[in-house]
Order: sequence, then C-alpha cells, then structure tokens
Amino acid sequence: MKNKRIGAQTVKLSEPVVIAGVSSVVGPKEGEGPLGNLFDTVAKEALYGEDSWEKAESKFVTEALQLAVEKAGKTMEDIDYILCGDLLNQCTGTTFGIKDFKVPYFGLFGACSTMGESMSLGAMLLDGGFAENVLVGASSHFCAAEKQFRFPLALGTQRPPSATWTVTGDGSAVLSKKGKGPVITEITTGKIIDMGVTDTMNMGAAMAPAAVNVLTAHFKDTGRQPNYYDVIATGDLGYIGKQLVIELMAKEGYEMGENFTDCGIEIFDKQNQDTHSGGSGCACSAVTFASYFYKKLSEGEIGRMLFIPTGALMSPTTSQQGSTIPGIAHGVVIESRKE
Amino acid sequence: MEETTQAKQIYDKMVKEASPDSPIVLNCIKAFVSGGFICTIGQLLRNYIETFSLGEDTTSLIVCVILILASAILTGLGLYGKLGKYCGAGTIVPITGFANSVVSPAIEFKKEGFVFGMAAKMFLIAGPVIVYGTLTSIIVGLIYYFVG
Repeated sequence: MKNKRIGAQTVKLSEPVVIAGVSSVVGPKEGEGPLGNLFDTVAKEALYGEDSWEKAESKFVTEALQLAVEKAGKTMEDIDYILCGDLLNQCTGTTFGIKDFKVPYFGLFGACSTMGESMSLGAMLLDGGFAENVLVGASSHFCAAEKQFRFPLALGTQRPPSATWTVTGDGSAVLSKKGKGPVITEITTGKIIDMGVTDTMNMGAAMAPAAVNVLTAHFKDTGRQPNYYDVIATGDLGYIGKQLVIELMAKEGYEMGENFTDCGIEIFDKQNQDTHSGGSGCACSAVTFASYFYKKLSEGEIGRMLFIPTGALMSPTTSQQGSTIPGIAHGVVIESRKE
Repeated sequence: MEETTQAKQIYDKMVKEASPDSPIVLNCIKAFVSGGFICTIGQLLRNYIETFSLGEDTTSLIVCVILILASAILTGLGLYGKLGKYCGAGTIVPITGFANSVVSPAIEFKKEGFVFGMAAKMFLIAGPVIVYGTLTSIIVGLIYYFVG
C-alpha cells in the first residue's frame, strides 16, 4: 500500500477528491449579511415553516442535502454514504433531517468543526475506494442552540462583546471520485487542545489553540509557510479568536498574513448585525465555504485554500461543573484546479 | 501547543488582553435610568391606585400585578427581551424582570408539552431566586426573632 501519511497529523490523498456540488441553505439573518446573495436558499423565517426550532434545523438539513445532490447532477441513489452532524443533543438535527433519504449514514460530532471532519472522512472514504460519492455537511440553528446551551430567547439578557452568534442553516457538499470542481488534496486532523478557558461566552479564545495545533502541524508536515495558500480560513473563531491565532502563530514562528481570515468574520456585518465577535456554529464554516469560498475556488480566484473548521467540545453540563472548554480543529486543503 | 500550567497562565493573559471588556460604566448608567423608569411607572400607578383608598397592602398588590402582567405581555410579544439587551440589570432587577424570567422559558419549552415542558421548565431561571430568596428571609427572620 502506498503510504499516504506525510506527517504526524497530515495525509495526502492518492487521488484528489472532487467537490462536485455544494449547497447552502440559511436563515433570514444570514441572508441579510454580506454573503446574502451567494446562498442558494434563504429561509423567510427562522422556523422555516416548522413548529419548533429543532424541527426547523432538520428541515435546513433536508433541503441543503437534497440541493447539494441536485447541484452535483446526481440523485440520492448515487450517494454511498452520508456523513454529517450538528450541535443538538444526540445529533438529532441531522438524523431527523436525513432519515427519509435511506442512505448509509455515519453521524459525526465535532461541534462546530463538523464540516471539516465530514469533508476529511468523506475524502478518506473515497480515497480508500469505499465509495464513489459521499454527501457531507453540517448544520446549526441560532434559536435551537440558544435554547440548549444558553437561555430562552425571550429572556432579557446582555451578551458580552466576546460572544459570537450561532449561524442558522446547513452547508453541504457532494464529494466524488470523478467530475469537475475544486478538489481536496490533503487533510490535517487536529488534536484536542485545552488551554484552560472556561468562559462559554468567549468560544473563539477556547478554540484558537486548536486551530494553531492544526496550522503548526500542517506546516511542519508539509514544510510549507502560511503564504503558500491564497486563503487560510478558520471556522468560527471570530475577531478575538483570529487575533489570538495570529499572536500564538507568531510565537511559533509563523507570520499569518492578509490571506488569513475566519468564516465567522466573513458571514456577518459586525456593525449592522449586532453579532459581536462574529458568527459561530457548525453552519458557520459550512455555509461560508459552500457559498463564498466554493465560488471563488470554482472561478479560480482562489488557487489553494486551507480550510480549518473549529469546534468547542463542551456541553452545558461540563461547563456548569466548572470544566474547561477543549477545542478541536480539522484542516482540509482544497485546490481550484481551474487553469 | 503545550498544555502546561505555565502556558495556560500565559494564554489566559493573552485572552484577557484580546477580549474587549463590557462597557460597565455605560451599562450601569443605562440600568440606572431604565430601572428607575420602571420604578417610576410603579410609583405613578401606586399614586393613582391610592386615590381609590383600598389600603396599603391591596394597593401594593395591584401595582405588582399590573407590572407583572405588562412584563408578561411584552415578553410574549418578544419586546422585553429586546429591551433587556439595552437596559441590562435595569430590566432584570425589578419585578418585571422576574416575570420575564418565568414567562420566557415557559414560551421556549411549550413545545415539549405543558407538564414536562412548560410547567417544569418555567422556573429554570426564577427557581434559584425563589430558593435563595426564601432561604435569606428565613435567616433574616431568625436573626430578627432572637436579636430584634
């Protein structure tokens, strides 16, 4: 067997995996944001015609996955596996959204890093020869997340400046062995990093060290520097987390330049949308990639991209018990392949 | 990233420097004005109800009921939560805030049923206030009994 491992945390696929089609279905607030006209579908209201936030999230999942398959020019019968996840307890946002598809399914939990995790594992399944087409994705819902992790929506609380805003929606992608489109070439899988942050209203700070772990491991494994990429995009670190990554990377001897951004910064307009430190949630990186970055990759505006969704591996119970917030990140190298 | 105690302490410092503080002075002013405004409404109501000569206790009760009702309606309309964003403690501390803390989970958890959803979760936020409020009054009562 050809050895695909090129370092401690990085693998190189023997054949690039094609991202044949993507979809982004989002809520109204996301639709009003700077990326508003790039999303495939913008729901008119957060309930999306359902009677609970949880059911609404599942509908975002259903709609987005169907659309991704359609846009890839395939049908559900062509899909060998679905790999996706969300933030709700027991990943029910996903399972209730996909249960009628009748496609073999692996449920994933990587908190907000799930898009990176699903793309990584999907690409590995394809490269391992176990599938022809894999459907990957991740979802989150602001209202459902607030209800589960924080307070009832109608409670009059103040959010601190470091808080982020959970993105409502689902971003999905069809990964294929053949076809046209940007390709996944390498994967750097993160380790769980816990630097002792306990403030659940400052998730960017909790996750930044995990992003740094992926970045340093990736550069060490590949011998590259940050400027090798046209874009390096973390998932949902927000303004504070991004700043911390820049500082931590400088300590490690890497200079993060203008090419470094964060999906949580791209998706909302901080000034006009009152989103404080930026966007967050599984859908943050998923829908930003599936709209904004995928378009740029397809058009060749971005040649090489390092996509690093980030996640905070906590639950309300662990936080209430005073435990720290462990972070995780998943790095995926995506190339345009458009001459 | 090394997860040593020293590295964590250094990182904690970095986080504090990178994270902007809440505007405490501005928040206090907003809370003072908005909280004072709610209390002034209460006082105006009281002055008006006193003209009916219903007695001290009944007058207080009616004022409370009106304020609680107003807050519950505003919460149901989704307005009280929005006020809370600007007013902070000003809308949390008065009795209207207590009503908001009971009504908001009741609305949020209604989908899980009227028994284990709405009713059980209704005191999710107000519960601690009731528990420790009762406890404090017992302690104060005991002190008063023996000392006063």
